[in-house]
Amino acid sequence: MSEMGVEDRERFEQLVLPYVDAAFNLARWLLRGRSDAEDVAQEALLRAFRFFGGFHGGDARAWLLQIVRNTCYTWLEKNRPMELSMEFDEELHQQTSATAETLAIVADDRKRLTLALETLPPRFREVLVLRELEGCSYKEIAAITSIPIGTVMSSLSRARRQLYSALANSSQGACP
Amino acid sequence: MRCDFADSLLQGYFDGELSDRRAAEFQRHLRHCVPCTTELVDLDLLRDSLQLAQLYEPATVSLRCKINARLHAGAPKTAASKPLLWYWLAAAAALLFITIVLGKVGPRLRVDDYQTELAAEIVDAHVHSLQPGSMTGIASNDQRMVQGWFDAKVKFAVPVRDFTNQGFALKGGRLDVVEGRSVAVLVYERDGRPIDVFMWRTREPDTSARTGSRQGFQWDDWRKGKMEFCAVSDADRADLEQLHTLIDSSA
Repeated sequence: MSEMGVEDRERFEQLVLPYVDAAFNLARWLLRGRSDAEDVAQEALLRAFRFFGGFHGGDARAWLLQIVRNTCYTWLEKNRPMELSMEFDEELHQQTSATAETLAIVADDRKRLTLALETLPPRFREVLVLRELEGCSYKEIAAITSIPIGTVMSSLSRARRQLYSALANSSQGACP
Repeated sequence: MRCDFADSLLQGYFDGELSDRRAAEFQRHLRHCVPCTTELVDLDLLRDSLQLAQLYEPATVSLRCKINARLHAGAPKTAASKPLLWYWLAAAAALLFITIVLGKVGPRLRVDDYQTELAAEIVDAHVHSLQPGSMTGIASNDQRMVQGWFDAKVKFAVPVRDFTNQGFALKGGRLDVVEGRSVAVLVYERDGRPIDVFMWRTREPDTSARTGSRQGFQWDDWRKGKMEFCAVSDADRADLEQLHTLIDSSA
């Protein structure tokens, strides 16, 4: 850290540190766990600090989240490579159609929603998390994930349908 | 059956990402497309569920401490630490002040603006429904048929009641769009005048009636049991109030 001046550090603290929550939240959902997320988010923040000289203004949150995302994927490749090739079995889930009560039951069932969200493949999970939890615009999601805006829209559409059927599936086996 | 627009325009519309012109275009499409309207309701509920469950996980205190420690590692300890404390205290005090001021003034201003805008949109939707042309809906005075029609399309319980004996004949129901979300509308008739009752799920607490008029139409808006209702008509305000009471007591 010593090569960075006090001024740089203060600028970093001012511009980037307000997004530590966003960084942790994205890592937590990509890695499906708090303790791994803490390690990876920390690594991403330090990496961001090292690269900070290359940040010339603009959207600091998107800039940081892009680094967090890359750090998460690198970590997944190394530690859980299977997860990156994970696919959502749309065929299997299609068989159960959501009933009128499904979402009402699940409305504030944090545990069930968490499990359902975690069954989605990372690339669909991340667009949902960025849109619904982080409130990012399509443009920001495109910047963070390096995919075109049109793909953001269709990924969100698929992610939402996947989550919807995962929920329908989970409430089927559950007690009323 | 999913509509061709479900993966593109519908998502953009739901997320508020369409230009005004394209949003208006899609809104016209919605008036005739039941699959899209239904999917919009589902998307709303999904978003509501995600918000209600508070899935956002903020950084842990230990993560903040670790990052702070690493950033400051090797940096010379300066005399700036004391002024910094005062700086943070002042910032905290300012924030507290702003929070208090906003808490007192903000919501009230917002609620009034919101109510007026909402009522304007509902009156427009009501006027639109009076014009000839096909609407997505069901025309029936059979309480159970109307109930069945809604049950298949929206994921919340629409309280369908016929109040013919009290002078409000059930005429049917339809889906409409208000503020970008799909809402259920029950259609009643009082002395030959149609009354629309818009209803949708809300997370807000119960409120008593808020009323107003616009372009010669009266509206009466209230919330009860996690549902928001807005009755609109060119009938007398007393009629709307009576219908409001009937709906509340039957729910």
